[in-house]
Amino acid sequence: MVQFSLPQNSKILKGKYYEDKTGSNNLKKVNVYRWNPSSNENPRIDTFEVDLNECGPKVLDILFKIKNEIDSTLTFRRSCAHGVCGSCAMNVDGVNTLSCIKSHSDIKGELNIYPLPHLKVIKDLVGDLTTLYKQYESVEPWLKAKVGEKTSAEIKQSQEDRAKLDGYYECILCACCSTSCPSYWWNGDKYLGPAVLLQAYRWITDSRDEERKERLKKVADELKLYRCHTIMNCTNSCPKGLNPAKAIGSIKKMLATS
Amino acid sequence: MENKDKPLSPHLQVYRWHISSLLSIAHRIVGVINFIGFIFISSVLLFSSFNSQIFQIISQSFFGKFLIISLCWSFSFQIVNEIRHLAWDIGYGFDLKVSQITGIISIIASFVLAILLYLLGRNII
Repeated sequence: MVQFSLPQNSKILKGKYYEDKTGSNNLKKVNVYRWNPSSNENPRIDTFEVDLNECGPKVLDILFKIKNEIDSTLTFRRSCAHGVCGSCAMNVDGVNTLSCIKSHSDIKGELNIYPLPHLKVIKDLVGDLTTLYKQYESVEPWLKAKVGEKTSAEIKQSQEDRAKLDGYYECILCACCSTSCPSYWWNGDKYLGPAVLLQAYRWITDSRDEERKERLKKVADELKLYRCHTIMNCTNSCPKGLNPAKAIGSIKKMLATS
Repeated sequence: MENKDKPLSPHLQVYRWHISSLLSIAHRIVGVINFIGFIFISSVLLFSSFNSQIFQIISQSFFGKFLIISLCWSFSFQIVNEIRHLAWDIGYGFDLKVSQITGIISIIASFVLAILLYLLGRNII
């Protein structure tokens, strides 16, 4: 359902201001979304003055610095810190990205950090991705062979067929694309969203998979697929440089021509 | 433990606009305007059978001119942007750079087409 404004309990208040104590001449103001589930207050924006002279180059380094030196209650997900695991996806400077590969020197002025958009917040920068994972499960992301036909040899794949997976197998399911999509904001319960549709396409187009038709049939749905209006926010935000919009376009084209 | 009162993270309020998303929402809004515009033009046509002066009256008033020029642009924009959508439907133009370029082209082309339509309608060219 389309609801442009935030519900009453999600309205953002002005939070605390943490002044710099180091006396550094190279400060950056960092505004971070905070919400604590154990308090009954609305979410707030805390502002931290961060000394960039003693800070790594990435946005994640800033978050670590805040957590280690200013406010240890700051909560965010992270793991690999090299853009491979997809844990630290968040909204940095108005665009979803992985904070571990986003350089903060690219951003002029104050740095705004929010959780991924239009998710239920668990705490601070951590959003609830349960729906997305359920939808991912629904596309059955594994190779399927016809039951009953036993083959003794492995299923081989030509180099050309393997190349068809390029640009799709690299997806790390960080959910940057899905949570950047206005269609997914309004219809996230029914529309599968760019991340899951890209994954669906990755299995549809795999030459070794034997249930292409069933997969296509399953995804061909007014709400599941055709809520994509090529807004392209997904491709604009993908931190791995992939193109979910193209994957969805390819599924639509396959359905129209088969 | 399910906390029913979990807040919703901000979306439209914080998300930055790109050319593609702006054009997408503009395409929808202009679609609604065109729908109303068509009803308006049809009613003017219908009304003109009672009063043949109506075209003169509209095209000479300031508000009438504004309306005509606006509709010229909204029709042009819808047509040009729809071509972009058709290209996507046959599988072209998904590349990020290409989609940005076609976006800018469709904005410029919509204004050029609007001016051409207006001048043609006025018998100036």
